Amino acid sequence: MKWLGAFITFWENFKIAFKSLAANKMRTSLTTLGIVIGVLTIVSVASIISGLNKGFAEQISNIGSNVLYINKYPWIIMDDWYKYKNRPDITLREASFIREHSKYAEAVAPTSGRRSIVKYKDKILEDIRVVGIVYEEKDVENFEIDEGRFFSPIEVSRKRSVAIIGYEIKERLFEDDDPIGKKILIGGQKFVVVGVRSKRGNIFGQSLDIDVYVPLGTLYSKFGHRRSVGIQVKVKDPSLMEEASEELRFWMRVARALKPTEPDNFSINRQETLLKTYRDLTRGLYTAAFGIGALSLIVGGIGIMNIMLVSVTERKREIGIRKAIGAKRSTIVLQFLIESSMLCGVGGLIAVILSFIVSMLIDKLTPFPATVPLWSVVGGVIFSSLIGVFFGLYPAAKASKLDPVESLRYE
Amino acid sequence: MDKLIELKGIKKVYKVGKVEVHALRGIDLTVRKGEYIAIMGPSGSGKSTLMNIIGCLDTPTEGVYHLEGVPVHEMNDSQLAEIRNKKIGFVFQTFNLLPRANALHNVELPLIYAGVPASRRKKIAEHALEIVGLKDRKHHRPSELSGGQRQRVAIARALVNRPSLLLADEPTGNLDSKAGEEVMKIFEELYENGNTIILVTHEKYIADHARRIVHIRDGRIIDDTGVAS
Repeated sequence: MKWLGAFITFWENFKIAFKSLAANKMRTSLTTLGIVIGVLTIVSVASIISGLNKGFAEQISNIGSNVLYINKYPWIIMDDWYKYKNRPDITLREASFIREHSKYAEAVAPTSGRRSIVKYKDKILEDIRVVGIVYEEKDVENFEIDEGRFFSPIEVSRKRSVAIIGYEIKERLFEDDDPIGKKILIGGQKFVVVGVRSKRGNIFGQSLDIDVYVPLGTLYSKFGHRRSVGIQVKVKDPSLMEEASEELRFWMRVARALKPTEPDNFSINRQETLLKTYRDLTRGLYTAAFGIGALSLIVGGIGIMNIMLVSVTERKREIGIRKAIGAKRSTIVLQFLIESSMLCGVGGLIAVILSFIVSMLIDKLTPFPATVPLWSVVGGVIFSSLIGVFFGLYPAAKASKLDPVESLRYE
Repeated sequence: MDKLIELKGIKKVYKVGKVEVHALRGIDLTVRKGEYIAIMGPSGSGKSTLMNIIGCLDTPTEGVYHLEGVPVHEMNDSQLAEIRNKKIGFVFQTFNLLPRANALHNVELPLIYAGVPASRRKKIAEHALEIVGLKDRKHHRPSELSGGQRQRVAIARALVNRPSLLLADEPTGNLDSKAGEEVMKIFEELYENGNTIILVTHEKYIADHARRIVHIRDGRIIDDTGVAS
């Protein structure tokens, strides 16, 4: 029976709190506004963050996690650019050297690119990335073909003028026509389309489907030899990335006959480097954003405390009456705590609803993909209720300590 | 008859700044069950303080108070709240109803704090309103009721937990004489049904309704007509 009594007390206090909030609609909504803004900030930030993370994860999923990239420059340059500018180009010879010597490598695929005009009949696409690839390309990345086929080994080794086009290139040049077997002009040179790469999608507003692929040798013979390649190395055992990276570094230094005192004049990049940098860059940003959100929640909480203190003073007589007819201190505390946490909880709920709208707008109007994560919804409501409890504690305690005789005399 | 209240050497000292105010200077009083007592005295005599102590709203600075044999002076805040809830029904001069709640809800309030389930609460509260003749006014708010009706709602609220003691502080003070008479008639009926009533007043004609009159002045009992035989 004791728990039943406790439940009744709780439920009745809930109703009392609701009525008292409903009686002061203007005050209630203004007070709640502070909490709404605070929770909205936090949930919106969380939704942007989660969108960014998702977008970034998608982005780098195109970079194999078990692939090492030997490039002229590091992907991320934190110090001065000029340190790197005199580095020699990475050559095909070095790619062959790596392929020959590396024990960790499963596949080695050099790649290079340039920008060209692509034409088909009267349609012209400008500034299209033309990527030279080797036959092993399909071993180091997920190269799916939508129509037609991948290059044959002979087409690659004989430097044939064949091309695989990105999905969007196909849509823009050929519309409904079948592109396979058609001749296109890349930088004024004739190429035959043999395949269409499967659709890969959009990242940060940038399409991954507007590239054209040709055999690397063909790229060299048609557009010149003076270009740097990137060497993609797929590692056999993904758990040995560190060791593989060290080994590649060693062989590159051997290939370039670097003295022990000379620094590396190449970079070995990998997905993890990007991830790490991304996390480093965003951590500060997120902390700041959450800090601002937390700050506005605290400001909102102080507003709640203030209004609850006013409410306690205003309702001194009511508190006196309740105490005179048997409300215990704990009951009074409960009544005011429920009231303040309800005030905040409602604020949190409104904020969560608004955050769905905000995140939809962000998603539509900005290049950031935004989703409202469930944890931020649940967390927003619970956290704001806790704010209500925390900032309601002092006014509630004050109410419960009122002397009934004095309160009853209060006009 | 059983002793309901036993006060021995009750003193109450207030501190107002640096000045000590002796509101009660040693009260000895015994009230038996079923008595109808008026406590009389001019303002400042300490009668309100005495009523607050009897009603467990206030605690004595010194002295011993037994309510139904239980030592109330030793109780903590929460135990006193329970005594106020279960043993004592208050009727105030200014009614002290919750303005936003209707008559029924006001009467239900002590039952809420006693943890009575909603359906039973409603039944008991309706019955109490019936006793004071306000059954058809149960959905009215205090502002929609006359002074006499408000005081009758307050009496219903005081009765609803079947208290051992009904404490009324100037219950007719804010009423016209007709409404006052009606309220006093209800007290008379309650007394005849075996309720113990303590009435605090400074008006002789109100005090005359009681069967025993205790006069108090300067914090001391100066006259007690004693238990009517």
